[in-house]
Formats: sequence, structure tokens, C-alpha cells
Amino acid sequence: MLEIKNLQAGVNGKAILKGINLSIQPGETHAIMGPNGSGKSTLAQVLAGRESYEIFGGSVTYNGQDLLDLAPEVRVREGFFLAFQYPVEISGVNTTYFLRAAVNAVRAHRGEEELSAVDFLKLMREKIQLLELDESLFKRSVNEGFSGGEKKRAEILQMALLEPTMAVLDETDSGLDIDALKIVANGLNHLKRANNAQLIITHYQRLLNYVVPDHVHVLHDGRIVKSGGKELALELEEKGYDWVTNGELQTA
Amino acid sequence: MIVEPDIETCSEDRLLAALTEQMNGPKWLGEMRGLARKRFADLGFPTTRDEDWRFTNVLPLKELEFSAAETDPSAQLEGCLFGSLEGPRLVFVNGFYSAELSHVGELPNGVQVSSVAKALAQYESVFKNYFTHRDTDAFAALNTACFTDGAFVRVPDGVAMETPIRIYYLNTGGDGATANIRSLIVVGENSQATVVESWSGRDTAYFNNAITELIVGDNAQVEHVKFQDESTSAFHVAGLHVRMGRDSRASHHSIALGGRIARNNIRAHLDGQGLEAVLNGLYLPCGEQLIDHHMVVEHAQPHCVSHEYFNGILDDHARGVFHGRIHVHKGADQTDAKQTNKNLLLSDHAMVDTKPQLEIYADDVKCTHGATVGQMNPEQIFYMRARGLTEENARHMLMHAFAGEIIERIACEPVREELDRLVWDRLEKKG
Repeated sequence: MLEIKNLQAGVNGKAILKGINLSIQPGETHAIMGPNGSGKSTLAQVLAGRESYEIFGGSVTYNGQDLLDLAPEVRVREGFFLAFQYPVEISGVNTTYFLRAAVNAVRAHRGEEELSAVDFLKLMREKIQLLELDESLFKRSVNEGFSGGEKKRAEILQMALLEPTMAVLDETDSGLDIDALKIVANGLNHLKRANNAQLIITHYQRLLNYVVPDHVHVLHDGRIVKSGGKELALELEEKGYDWVTNGELQTA
Repeated sequence: MIVEPDIETCSEDRLLAALTEQMNGPKWLGEMRGLARKRFADLGFPTTRDEDWRFTNVLPLKELEFSAAETDPSAQLEGCLFGSLEGPRLVFVNGFYSAELSHVGELPNGVQVSSVAKALAQYESVFKNYFTHRDTDAFAALNTACFTDGAFVRVPDGVAMETPIRIYYLNTGGDGATANIRSLIVVGENSQATVVESWSGRDTAYFNNAITELIVGDNAQVEHVKFQDESTSAFHVAGLHVRMGRDSRASHHSIALGGRIARNNIRAHLDGQGLEAVLNGLYLPCGEQLIDHHMVVEHAQPHCVSHEYFNGILDDHARGVFHGRIHVHKGADQTDAKQTNKNLLLSDHAMVDTKPQLEIYADDVKCTHGATVGQMNPEQIFYMRARGLTEENARHMLMHAFAGEIIERIACEPVREELDRLVWDRLEKKG
């Protein structure tokens, strides 16, 4: 589904990703863990099509297409989704209005009929229960006046509405209390299908207690330095990132 | 050596020569006009050396070949906004009342919706009371000296006027056609009214010089909407002088789209305790347009609230000017005054001069002001694209949001909705 080969990218001519290789199949959940500055968010932003990053080499193939060649909005319409680490506030743009435009953009791309305001509201009411969000939030401007936890849950709500086949979650668990974390995890598990995939980017092992990954990768200095099963996350939690950064792993 | 003709000294004379006093009136008015005429000649058009006109150069206006705008029986109201609204409608063409296009209909007891020229004899004392001050600048003096007509609205004490009162000001004149328009709106104690002004005209370099006096009685509620959609070649200078009584609430919405140079002088006198004033504006200049809002809010009494919200979206080589001065007088304690001006620049050549000012002589006040000037936020655009919207969709949505912040403060629903649609259409045409 997603094939990343020797991806090198950065900003202002400086490489942050120094050759990422990663292969994700339908039905899989992958986790990428790594210390601050390892390139986790850069990877997420590059995959989503952030123009401020430069691609120096390598390729990303998504369902047979060159992902890096697609405009950000086309990636989304093709089923790629990024849950932002820092969801952006958009003053004056009503959340319901915005989400309906997003859903209808994706539907139109798939050749489906646009949802009317009434039908969309029905769909949204159904989805917000999953994330235990208050309906009043959706009368507000996008992410404005949302608490940190509400913003993160709203990202998963957007994911539930857009039904992506490949979802990347950039530190969606950071800053959440345990109740919100469980809600987010529950949402992710609920949205998991045999024909879609999730890539969870995280700094902490905690979320992985609730969303069990098939594969765990350790990112350090722009490279995946170790891959393994779910037990790798626990090992990492136990030994800390020093285990990764002190060079032991690179020689392994 | 070539001596250039001195435009500065002769344009005032040329203008005064073109405008003869149109309206017969009582003696006091004649005297007032005479003095104002002299004052205009003395003051002359402002230059950028005047602090209040630092950012707005009226030189292109001075170079017009002035003529007095004349009545035009062929004028039409078609295509004007708010056509589907119920309620009285006054229409002025080139500064003259149009009986053909106006429609007043039945009014609640004692409510007057008429023209100044028609009502002057009957309500002389009302006019005398409100017309005798504020010839503070050249344009106001010119208006007093030369006004032909304007709207007269009077809502007596204790009457709630439920339908909005619409006033259309059309200018169908050619280049240099000058209309001086003077309107008076008096809303009595415990009364309520919504007044909607619409300004539009032919695509020529005409000149509208207007003054509206708005008197808000004690405990009255007034919403005043000004929709300015003049020709982009035209000149529009308008003074709005608001006087408010205790516990009253007034909101003024200035939706400014037109004019080559459009200047709004807004003066709010908060003369009673416990009142609330909102000045709310949106300006969308493009091309070579300049739209200027120049406001002074006088907090003279304690426990008053005033809020100013002005947003501008500027394209091409357009310029915007925001000048907001809040003057809190000694004794006006517990004043709550807020002032924000936000600007969105769509082009590298668009420019804004913004000058929020606070002048405070009272203790125990809450006053804030702020201004921003910026381009569209790339973070927001990327976020929206990452949800499937095209860059164009995203930009339009952000512009609409920016304008919507202002438009949504209009309480009168049909007016708000129509303006929202119109502004959305105009913004759609931008990048």
C-alpha cells in the first residue's frame, strides 16, 4: 500500500530524513518511535505534501502512484490522511461547514454524490459519538476554543469522516490525559479495517498499550535504525532512547 | 521658468462656483450656509500635511471638473440591494429626493420617513437643533454650505420600528458631478430602528459629499448599516456623527467596496451613562482604490462600552487606512473600549496604514487596541489542503471567514444574508 524507499528530505538544503525505507501493507498498523529531532514530524509532513520541505532523493509509492508527485489535496482524495501534531485554528471558518466541504471534496473525487447539509449532519452526529465530542464544538470555528485534547480527538473525527485507506497519526497521543488517550485509541481501533492501514508516529510507548501495532520502527537521525514487533516498543520504554542514541543500535 | 498653475487655491473656488445654493430655507440656515461657505474657502481641501489626512491624498478629487449634480428622472433602482425587503424606502438621485422611486407606505404612529427638503418647514426646530454644529473640517463645511437634500427619519419616543428603513443614494452624473447630501436620523427615547443606507452610481468620476447625523435617544436601540458600493472611479466623502443618550445601544456597520477614494469620518459622542456603541467595518478595495475609515469615539460618561472592529481585504495596488482614536474624558470611569483592525493583503503592492490610538484621562478603565497586517496564513492553507480542499477553495474560505467576522455582527437577518452573499460573490472573483 505504502512503499517508502531511501527517502531523503529536509529544509534549506539540510537533510533531516537520510534514507527512510518502510513498507506498509493493507491491514497493518505500524508505529514509528523516536526521540525529539529524529525526523518523525518531517516524515509526516513530507508524506502529506508540505511544500516547505525539499525532497533530495528516494521515492514514495502509494497504491501504485508516485505520492510525492500528487498535490496535498489529491493525496487526501486518494485516501491518504495525516492527523496533525498541532491542528491549526482557523478563525471564522465554521467547523461543520469546513468538514462538509472536505468530505464532499473526497466524495466528488470518488465519483460519489455530495452530501446535503442534513445528511452530513447525520453522519457527523454518528461519528462524534465515537470520539465522545460535544456537538457544540462544531458550531465553532475550526479548532478555535478547543482544548488540546479536543483538538486531537477532532483530528480522529476528521479521519472517521474521510475514511482514509492510509492514515498517518503524528503524535496524536502527545499531551492527552489517560481518558482522552483511551478515546483516541478506541477510535483508531474502531476505524481499523482489513483494507486500510495506520502509521502511528509517537514519542511515547503509552498509546501502544491500547492500539497494538504489528510493526514498530525506531527512528534516529533521519534513519530507521531498528524494526521489530510490538515488544520493541516495550523494550524501548524500558531502556529509554539513550539505548538508541548512544550508538549501540547502529552497530547492531 | 515655467510656473505651474496653482491648483490648490483655485479648486475650492471652482467647486463653489459650480455649486449654487439649491435649497430655499429659513434665515438661520441661510446664515449657516454663508458661514460654512466661507469656512470651506478658508480651510481649503486638506493636504497630507494635515495629521487627519496624512494617509489620504485628495489631489485626484481636486483635479475634477466640478459641476452640480442634477436631477435625473431616468434613474432606476434596478440591481440595487435589499430590493426584496419590506418597509419604507427613500431614494435620492444626485442629491435630490426621487418621489418616483421612493416608497414610504404606512408607518407606525408618529414615525417620519421623508426628505430634509420636504420636512424642513414642519420640523424646523429639530433641524435647527441638530444642524448647528460640527463644521470641523472642509468637507463638512462644504456640505453645510451646499447640501441639496437627504433623508429625514424620525422615530418618536417609545416606538419600535420593526421593518428596516432603506435609504438609497444614487449618483448618475458624469465626471465631476458633485452632490452634497445631508441626512438626519433621530430615534427617540425607548425606541428602536434599523436604517440601511446603500450608495451606488454610474461608472464615472462623480463626487458624493455626505453627512449623516444620527441621534440615539436614551435607552434606544439603533442599527445603522451603510453599504457603500460606489463606482471605483468616484469620490465618496461621508461624515457620520452619532450622539447617544444614556443606556442606549447603537451599532454602525460600514461595508465599503467602492470609490476611487472613499473616506468615512465617523464621530461617536457617548454622551450618556451605561450605553454601548459598536462600530463595525469591512473594506475590500482593489485596483487603485483607497478606502479610509477615520474614527473618533468620545467617552464622556462613565460605564460606557465601545467596540470597533474593522477588517480589510486588499488586492492589487489598493490602499486602506484605519484611524481610530478613543478619547476617554476625565470622569468617564469604568469605560470599556476595544479597538481592532485586521488586514489581509492579497497582493505585494497593496498597502495599509493603520493607526489605533487611545487617549485616556480617566482612572479605572479597560481599553485595548490592536492592529494586524498580513498575508494569508500558509499553515491554515496547508491544513485545509490536507483535508482535501484545493488551494483556491482554501483561500476563498479564509477570505470569506475574514469578511464573515464583520458581516455576522449585523443583527438584521435579511440584510446580513444579502450582504454576505454579495461579499462572497465579490471575493470569489479575487485570487
